[in-house]
Formats: sequence, C-alpha cells, structure tokens
Amino acid sequence: MSSSLPRSSLTHLERLEAEAIHIMREVVAEAERPVMLYSVGKDSAVMLHLARKAFYPSPPPFPLLHVDTTWKFRDMYALRDRMASESGMELLVYRNPEALERGINPFDHGALHTDMWKTEGLKQALDKWGFDAAFGGARRDEEKSRAKERIFSFRTASHGWDPKNQRPELWSTYNARKNKGESIRVFPISNWTELDIWQYIHLNDVPIVPLYFAAERPTVERDGMLLMVDDDRFPLRPGEEPVMRSIRFRTLGCYPLTGAVESSAATLPQVIQETLLTTTSERQGRAIDKDAGGAGMEVKKQQGYF
Amino acid sequence: MSEADVIYKTDALIAEDIDAYLETHRNKTMLRFITCGSVDDGKSTLIGRLLYDSKMIFEDQLTALEADSKRVGTQGQEIDFALLVDGLAAEREQGITIDVAYRFFATEKRKFIVADTPGHEQYTRNMVTGASTADLAVILIDARKGVLTQTRRHSYLAHLIGIRHIVLAVNKMDLVDYDHAVFDGIVKDYTAFARSIGIETFVPIPISGFKGDNITTLSANTPWYQGPALMEHLETVEVDATIDQTKPFRLPVQWVNRPNLDFRGFSGQIATGSVKPGDAVRVLPSGKTSTVTRIVTLDGDLEEAVAGQSITLCFADEIDCSRGDVIAAADNPPQAADQFEATFVWMADEALIPGRAYWLKLGTQTVSATVQQPKYTVNVNTMEQLAAKTLDLNAIGVAELTTDRAVVFEPYAESRALGGFILIDKITNATVAAGMLNFSLRRAQNVHWQALDVTRKAHAALKHQTPAVLWFTGLSGSGKSTIANLVEKKLHASGKHTFLLDGDNVRHGLNKDLGFTEADRIENIRRVGEVAKLMTDAGLIVLTAFISPFRAEREMVRAMLPEGEFIEVFVDTPLEEAERRDVKGLYKKARSGQLKNFTGIDSPYEAPERPEIRIDTTRETPEDAAERIVERVIGSWSPVI
Repeated sequence: MSSSLPRSSLTHLERLEAEAIHIMREVVAEAERPVMLYSVGKDSAVMLHLARKAFYPSPPPFPLLHVDTTWKFRDMYALRDRMASESGMELLVYRNPEALERGINPFDHGALHTDMWKTEGLKQALDKWGFDAAFGGARRDEEKSRAKERIFSFRTASHGWDPKNQRPELWSTYNARKNKGESIRVFPISNWTELDIWQYIHLNDVPIVPLYFAAERPTVERDGMLLMVDDDRFPLRPGEEPVMRSIRFRTLGCYPLTGAVESSAATLPQVIQETLLTTTSERQGRAIDKDAGGAGMEVKKQQGYF
Repeated sequence: MSEADVIYKTDALIAEDIDAYLETHRNKTMLRFITCGSVDDGKSTLIGRLLYDSKMIFEDQLTALEADSKRVGTQGQEIDFALLVDGLAAEREQGITIDVAYRFFATEKRKFIVADTPGHEQYTRNMVTGASTADLAVILIDARKGVLTQTRRHSYLAHLIGIRHIVLAVNKMDLVDYDHAVFDGIVKDYTAFARSIGIETFVPIPISGFKGDNITTLSANTPWYQGPALMEHLETVEVDATIDQTKPFRLPVQWVNRPNLDFRGFSGQIATGSVKPGDAVRVLPSGKTSTVTRIVTLDGDLEEAVAGQSITLCFADEIDCSRGDVIAAADNPPQAADQFEATFVWMADEALIPGRAYWLKLGTQTVSATVQQPKYTVNVNTMEQLAAKTLDLNAIGVAELTTDRAVVFEPYAESRALGGFILIDKITNATVAAGMLNFSLRRAQNVHWQALDVTRKAHAALKHQTPAVLWFTGLSGSGKSTIANLVEKKLHASGKHTFLLDGDNVRHGLNKDLGFTEADRIENIRRVGEVAKLMTDAGLIVLTAFISPFRAEREMVRAMLPEGEFIEVFVDTPLEEAERRDVKGLYKKARSGQLKNFTGIDSPYEAPERPEIRIDTTRETPEDAAERIVERVIGSWSPVI
C-alpha cells in the first residue's frame, strides 16, 4: 500500500519530530524563562536531541535542569555531564537541601524519598530560578492520567495540576499565556510511544546511558525486583550477596528503586527486539506507580509530581 | 474466523530479523483520527479493542484489566475493553469519559493517534478540540438505535472542523443478529442526512467492538459485507499532511535564529507546499521578496522540505522578517486582512461579549481582536440557524471579526494552519473560543493610513505639553465628574490645553444611539477612547469621566495610546456611600427595578487593580484630590520642545 502514497509522505517519526520542534520553538518565543528538565533517561535523551535540532546552529536557548536525588546510577551522572558540555547548554543541578541534610534515602524512607527529592526538589528548583516554562519528557502512552494531559499543562503557583480545568488545545496553536504565579509544564514528546523513542534513538544515534544495554553487573534479588548494587551505599541484608548477572534496564531512576531485567541484548536492535517481544509494560520496573492503586500517578501529579 | 493474526504477523519478523522489521517500520506513516459516540455506543470498547488487536496491551495491563473487569466492569465476567481507555479516577467512578484523551497503536503500515472524545452535548468543545488535529472521524452508531440526534451533531462538527474522511461504524451488529437490512436502513438514513450538511462521501462499516467483527479482518458473520475492515481502511486512507504538500508554499515564522552576526535563519513549521534552495519567496505582510539560499538542519542542509516539516530557512537578502510573518511563494502569496467573517465554537463558561477585545492567535500571529454580535448560531442537533446576541459555552455561531492590525491568512477551507485561530481572554488568559476564518470582508492592503505632515508631536510641542488621557473611573455618584471638573479648571488656569469628555454629555450626541446593554456600554467606551485618542493626537490633555465598569475596556483604551499617556484615576467610593449620596436619584430607581443594568446593583463594577492614581473620597475632599492629581500631572510632565 505504501507504494500508492506519494514518495514524499512524511514518516511517523518525521512528523513526531517536526511536532516536537514546533512546540519547543513556540515556548522559546512566548515564555520568559524556559528550562528543560533533564533526567538523563532515554526520553530525556531524545528530548535534548530534538532541542538541539530545533535551534541549530544556535545551542538551545535555555538551561538543562537536573533535579538530583544523589541516588542515580553513576553512569547517569557521567552521561549528564558529557551531554551538557556537548550541547553547549548550561547545566543546573538541584538537590533539595532538607533532604540532603536529613539524609533521605530510598532504603530507610520509602515514599518520602520520592516526595522530598523529586516532588519537593522540583518545586523548589523551579521557584529558585523563577522558570515559567519547563520542558518534560513525559509521554501520553506511559500512564492513563497522562493520556488526558495537554501538551501545555498549567500548574498553579503551588505547582498543582487540575485535570478538570485544562485549556482546550486546538490544531498546533498553543496558548502559552499564564496568570501571575502560574507556570507551564510542556511535553514536546507527548505523542511518542516507547517504540517511537527507541526507533528514533536508533535512527539518529542519540547517545544514551549504557545501562540500557545488557552487561554483567552486580545484582541482588529483593522483593521480586532485580536491583543493581551500583555503589557501596547499598545496604545488603543478611544473607544477601551481590551476584553478577547479565542485565539491562528498561527505565532508569534511582538505582535502589529501579528493577533490572535479565537480558543479553547488547545492541539497539536487540534492545528493540526484546522490547517488542516483551509482555510487561515499561513502568512496571518502577516502584512509584504502585503506591495508590490505579490512580497513583494522577494523585501524585495533583500534588506536583511531574 | 481466526482473529488479527491473519494480517498482523509482526511477531515472527521481530524475532527472525529485527533489522528488516525496523527498516519496514521506519517508513510507517501516521494517521490521527477521532472516535465520536456516546458512552452507550461502545466507543471506549472499540478503542480498547483496537489497542488489544494491535497488541498494544502488555501482560501486566491485561492482568489488571481482567481484575478490573470483574470488579467494576459492565460486561459481566467478560473483558471490559472500555476500562483500558477510561483514565482518570473521577470518571472511572462516574463510569464515563470526561475529556479528550489520546491513545496510540500501530500496525505494520501506520502509527495511529486516536483522540477519544466524549459524546455528551455539553462537551462539544472537547470534540472540536480532538477533531482539530484529526484526518478522519469514526462516527459510531448503535445498530439497535440507528441515526440519532447525537449522530447528526457529531457528523456536523466533524464536517465543520474540516475532516475529509468520515467512517460510519455501525456498532453492536452482534445484538441485531448481523442483520443486513438493519445495516442498509441505517446507511440509507445517514446518506440523506450527510448530503444535507455537505458531507460528500463516507465509508459505512458494520462492526462489533465487543466481539471483534470487521475490526481487523472481514467477519464471517457478515458475509453480505464486502469490506474494507475498519483497520484496513484506517491503514490506507490518505492523510491531510500529504495533501497539504500540493498547495502553495507557506511558512509561518516562529523564531529568528541568530547565533552570531554571520547567520540569520527563520524557523517554523511548513504549513503547506514545499520549498527548495533557489525558490523566490515573499515575506508577508511586508511584501518584501528574496531567494532561499539554504534549508538548514543539524543533519546537514536539505535539498527540499515539505508541508509538516519544521525547518530553518536562510535568504539571499537581509530583509526584515520576524515572528508572526509568513514566508510564502513569491508568485502566489496569501492575503492580509483585518476584517473577516468567521465561524466560532465557544469554549468558555463566560459568554462572548461582543465588542470586547480578545487576543487572537492564528499560527504564530497574535493580535487584538473584537467580535461583533453573531449573525446567527447553529443548533447542532437540528442544524437550524438561530438569531443570537452572544455565544455561550458550546455554542457554534457565525460573526464578523475585526483585528487591530492586518493578519496574514487563508480561508479555513484551504488551510487549517492559516485559517484556524483561538481567542484568548485578556484578563484570565483562558482559551475561550476556536475560530475558523471563512473569508475577509475587505482587503486590508486597500486601506492606507493618511500620512500627516503635521505630526502629533508637533501639535503637542506648540502647546508646550505632553498629551495624556486622565481616565476617571468609578461608580455612579462616586464624584468622577466633580473632581474631573476641578482638575480641568486648575490645569486650564496654569496654561494647559485640555478637554473634558463627560459621560452624560457624550450620550446626548456622539453616542445617543447606544443603550445600556453590556455590548452598548463597550461600544460607548470604545468610541470615547477613539475620540480621546484623536484629541491627544491634537496635543490635548483629555479628561474623561465615565463609569467604565469593565477592566477589559479600560485596558482596550490604554492599548490605543502610547505608553504612559493613559492615566487611570480610580475614584474609589464604596457602594453604600455612593448610594447614600445618590445625587441623581438613580440608585433609588435601580433598587426599585425601574432602571436595569445599573452598575453596582445588577451589573458588576470591576475595580482597577493598579490604577495610576487612586482617590478615596471618604478620606479626601474633591479639592484636595484635584490638587493631588494636578501636582502629579504637572510635576511629572516636562514640556516637549
């Protein structure tokens, strides 16, 4: 059938790319102080690559903001610093000082860890620098409440989200005008799926953290999750002994909260192959969605989680 | 009949040769569509079914789905596909979808984005939102019920928003025993209706979302139906982006790229047409021409770019071009105009106020615009045209529109990108309407400003003063006229050239055709603003004393004048005090119901948030207040030489 279409028909990835670039340029033209939230994961990697395309030959005219928890994988910190330097963008790293002082960590504090480092940390960082628009790499296919979120998603002065009071979004005409105290979260890759992300990375050689590829890594099995012992802060329980396994990660976050999968996929096509053949959804490896049953993410977003 | 696998043998290739699989899939195209129907039509079930059949559901989701189906499902022990789709907690409780949600699935040929929009009348705005980005609409009909009011409404809206491909999905065929006659009867009814509203073609398909008939493959249950199956049709229908490539070149400029003095590029997404280096282009609205030298991307320069792509262009000449301009084919440029007829879909709880200024955003252009009283509204259930004074939430109407400067445009029927716009409330910043330009009422380029040799600056210099408007606002009986009078006397005594425009006096002459409805009050203020502006052009200091209750209108006048020349004087007298004084006996009449729309009684007064001068008449005498204003005026103004 594709032969009956004109040769110049844009592919789905070309259209998604053009849409994301259009969104980023609108924000830069209309917002006073935009920033890109950069989590160093594969979605962030694609978003950063799109930003470099959108403004080339200029560097993207906004800084990268990493809301750090101090518990990311070491490979993530390394790639973060490399990409900031390659893109010519300013890198801002924020760590919630209260969480730092109280030594909040995923082993002892459970849900409080995400709440203080990520949710509170993000709010504090945005307030500190006065950003009025923040790009985020969320996708609508990730989770049900995100399927209904606008591309330009407004937050109150206290960073709350009201799903019932969203502005209608028509064509590709975005209303970026905000009231005093409001800020905008902008999701340029809203319409991408996980497979789109992987294919784009493949076609464009987008640099990603090596942890997405299988390798022998020290692991322990705990509460049904395969965790990687990334540094010596990992408190081993009695009887636990790190075991080398060939693993990779489908999603990246704080290393003590991120489950690995056993895999031998060492190249991108192999990773994509495994992703396509797999039967469990991407976020299952993350502990965060499980907190409040089906409505977990929606509740978190109303509280200000990205 | 075996299901999906007949067509979708994707898994085998993934496992056998992933590189070949990826090569196939990088060339996939994309189709965006909407599904329209009510809760009962099985819309969510159909979408859930499409996701399920295209293998977009993971095992953990399926496990959760099975559990949810038993707990809150409406299909007994069977899987309730609708639960895959109904997202937010609030609506899960109500058992209905409440907003626009986007879903994704893909086959070997295409990626699909489905806008799921609710079918209730009060949600017209959601359907129009979802339809605005769609290439195709699936109109769902319950085979047991046939063409209903809502079917007509959905079809009308889909057609209004310019969707070229309509699928009539006659659902729940399993519940009418796959009866051919039932299907034919519905198609016949729908054909008559579709013709009456201008839908030329549509594709009717008998389906069962619940059982899966004619979704991915033709069903043995409907041997009388020759096809296509729904998925097959979705995979092959032509997308709008491809059609847009054949139209003349238009690029709305989003952003000017200037990394250094040697590079100047113009960035935007191509709305229609294509462009190559060497092409002659014209920048609108200035009309300046140049030649494209490069199409710049991170991956190297392009030899050609087409509709839908986001690019950066460089020109051979250093011509003015900035955000809001449109770069077009030099020999076939679009028009610019400032008066239009447009169709509106009203999307806010607060109704249209004819005459009030809104922001209008069309592509990358943002201008101030006013909408006249509608010529008519359309009853979306009967398609009847009705007279109306305004547009309420979910209303659809046709009205004339005036912008404060020329807008580069094309009729919506020719270009969604250059004919579709949104209206934004200037105070709340809410998106209050979607609009589609039908045609311009005159060409703006035919209207020229008369160039004047004696400028406003020269007028002012002769009088040794800086012109300004002292805009007194406050409740009836607050003391505006009294204080304004005193101020004028004092300014006059110190040699200033002034003029006082008083509310009552203006209504005896210039505005005697206007009443006291909201629209008339706005027009009253607009005219006064224009007169005041002409007087400042003549170099005068103008004083105005009008209740001018609406913030938006005062801001409209402020916007007419050069920065700093509009001085808002808020005569702040509490309602109780003004009513106690009741100099003209008007409050008494209003309270007794003899006077309608009286500010403070049955019509609101929106107090200034940041007036340049605020007078509290309960603490300051008119004389002191006037003195303070004059001091501010003369003290801060130095004569222009």
